[in-house]
Amino acid sequence: MDKRLEPIVKDVQEKFSATFDEFRDEVHLMVAAEQIVDVLTLLRDEYKFELLSSLTASDYWPQETPRFHVVYQLSSIEKNICLQVRVPVNGTSPKVPTVIGVYKVANWRERELLDMFGIEFDGHPDPRRILMPEGTEGHPLRKDFPLGYEEPQFTFNFEEIGLTKPSPKE
Amino acid sequence: MAQIEEVNVEQFKHLVSERALTGETMLLNMGPQHPSTHGVLRLLLELDGEIVVNCIPDIGYLHTGIEKNMESKTYQKAEVMTDRLDYMNTMGNNLSYVMAVEKLVDLDVPARAQALRVILVELQRIASHLVLIGTWGLDLAAMSMFLYCFREREQILDIFELVSGQRMMTTYIRPGGVWRDVPVEFEKAVRDFLKTFPKRVDEYEKLLTKNPLFVDRMVDIGYLTKETALSYGVTGPNLRASGVNWDLRKARPYMGYEQYDFDVPVLHEGDTYARYLVRIEEFRQSLRIIEQALNKLPMGPVRSENRKFVPPPRSEIGVSMESLIHHFKLWTEGFPAPKNSIYSAVESPRGELGMYLEGDGGPKPHRIHLRTPSFDNLSVLPEIVKGHLVADLVAILASIDIVLGDIDR
Amino acid sequence: MGVEQKLGNMGVVTTTLETVVNWSRTNAMWPMLFGLACCAIEMMAAQAADYDMSRFGMELMRASPRQSDLMIVAGRVSKKMGPVLRRLYDQMPEPKWVIAMGDCASCGGVFNNYAIYQGVDEVVPVDVFVAGCPPRPEALIHGVLTLHEKVKVDTFKDFGEKYK
Repeated sequence: MDKRLEPIVKDVQEKFSATFDEFRDEVHLMVAAEQIVDVLTLLRDEYKFELLSSLTASDYWPQETPRFHVVYQLSSIEKNICLQVRVPVNGTSPKVPTVIGVYKVANWRERELLDMFGIEFDGHPDPRRILMPEGTEGHPLRKDFPLGYEEPQFTFNFEEIGLTKPSPKE
Repeated sequence: MAQIEEVNVEQFKHLVSERALTGETMLLNMGPQHPSTHGVLRLLLELDGEIVVNCIPDIGYLHTGIEKNMESKTYQKAEVMTDRLDYMNTMGNNLSYVMAVEKLVDLDVPARAQALRVILVELQRIASHLVLIGTWGLDLAAMSMFLYCFREREQILDIFELVSGQRMMTTYIRPGGVWRDVPVEFEKAVRDFLKTFPKRVDEYEKLLTKNPLFVDRMVDIGYLTKETALSYGVTGPNLRASGVNWDLRKARPYMGYEQYDFDVPVLHEGDTYARYLVRIEEFRQSLRIIEQALNKLPMGPVRSENRKFVPPPRSEIGVSMESLIHHFKLWTEGFPAPKNSIYSAVESPRGELGMYLEGDGGPKPHRIHLRTPSFDNLSVLPEIVKGHLVADLVAILASIDIVLGDIDR
Repeated sequence: MGVEQKLGNMGVVTTTLETVVNWSRTNAMWPMLFGLACCAIEMMAAQAADYDMSRFGMELMRASPRQSDLMIVAGRVSKKMGPVLRRLYDQMPEPKWVIAMGDCASCGGVFNNYAIYQGVDEVVPVDVFVAGCPPRPEALIHGVLTLHEKVKVDTFKDFGEKYK
């Protein structure tokens, strides 16, 4: 682990009883959902992680506990280090507190997660879909959502596909 | 097919001011088909006369499902999707993805391949900025800039075609190196470009930098403070124009960027004009990097010899049984990656292009998230256009340098 | 043939009205300024100095669908964009043509998934498909010239049938 990260990880561990693991010189901190706002506030104010580089999630379906990991990727410009904070959440309609108060960039990123994974963010001021059209059913990036593959139309199956393929009126 | 719904003020009640509900201010729809939104971006503007009171971007008109599609393909095959992500920066996207894969499976890249990658990515940076400056001129009614910029861009695309056979969607940078070695004409083509291009940049500067029509539309427009920029996750030239010296090429050097001597242009004004000047200076710095990389270009292999991840060359397949097996395994099954996650980022022309890549022990990624710079850069737009005229909005939007493929993925 | 030979050099040409109308339609075809994705950049390149589409009377890209008669669908069409595309098509005045530029617009291309229409011909009727990902500017110009060929043989009868 990077020497500059050691005191930070230790501090977060003591204050929030977090666990961590390491992979390819990257540190992944595991934090409970209720604590995420406090953890990020601490990291931003005390340890100068000014930039929330990325906010995403990962689906572990069919596993239910935890079903998702919400991943916060932080960067510090002043110290030139980065840190990953992961929040495991259970069930099909999980709730995580919003971190807009800490990083404003979370606004759109959380809307994206709501749209793509159906993870709700408590206290989000504008919980609308962002990428898919309003009224879409399901959340596309979940593992139980089908890819939506359509059979391509070739000469040998031209008529067969043509029967079901929608066509516009002139 | 779904129908388009009429814009209803009630629907955006929580985002507009109270004056919109009484009808004092007007809600105006701009896009998705509009010449100066640089793609299919839709902006809902709340206007008081000509002054923008609120701006509500509506994105997703180019949502392609790239992340989901990449999760259904093996690591090698998923790479073609990255080209189509940010179509102004195809080489850079390839590099970002390939670096993530290399980090996940712990694969080394030969020195020659690294230098070639740097040259091509910097050329791509110039090409991307050229399109930006050209369309920026077009937005502010300078038609000739568009024609000049595309003339130079063709020269770069010819180099790409020379090395990869494609003008835009190259997929030339592959896990473990590059697709094949560059042809002998490559060096001359790049040197020709290095010779002509500095003069062209001076020409652009003559046309735009001191041009009062251009400057008046840019200076003191769209002011972005350092704190706002960081809080909204703005990166790249936009952040550097606001006075933060943050360039991943310097901060966390990759692909041997530490060997090259170049400066990171930083300005403190934070307005639209500063964002323009930073990009003009980046032309010159990219040229410096390309020249040094070309002078130092080492000889040697361009692909890793690790046959577990990199397919063997065609010549080996005919004579070696083992190579044939590797080739077959790699293209039918793919290579497995460990069950863990990494994040790797490069500096694209628009900012930090990051890849969050998670393996599941098999040949397909479990989850890939593309941290695209335009997405965050655009999210700051409502903050910086408030109080400006609609005509200024066009200049500001151009200065942020968005690519819709990058935003909607 | 007949009248010109009899009357000599009087500056008179006889032809059918159809030919004149189709000729004028092909040589002043105004495309809509409407870029979706990657192909839009190649479309811009086709407009720019090196390829210069104005040689074929197409230098004027109109930003408004009301003023254009050719829609070049340059890029992938998402499920959210489909209705917008259809509305733009409906707003164009007759006669109108559509070129599906690139693989994504023609057949979905590499994106065979939940978000993308597998070919823009599910949304609007297409006259010419241009292959390539993205097609080179020459390919687009070839597609446009192919459309010209198609327009030149249009007859009033077909036209009347189509827009009855």
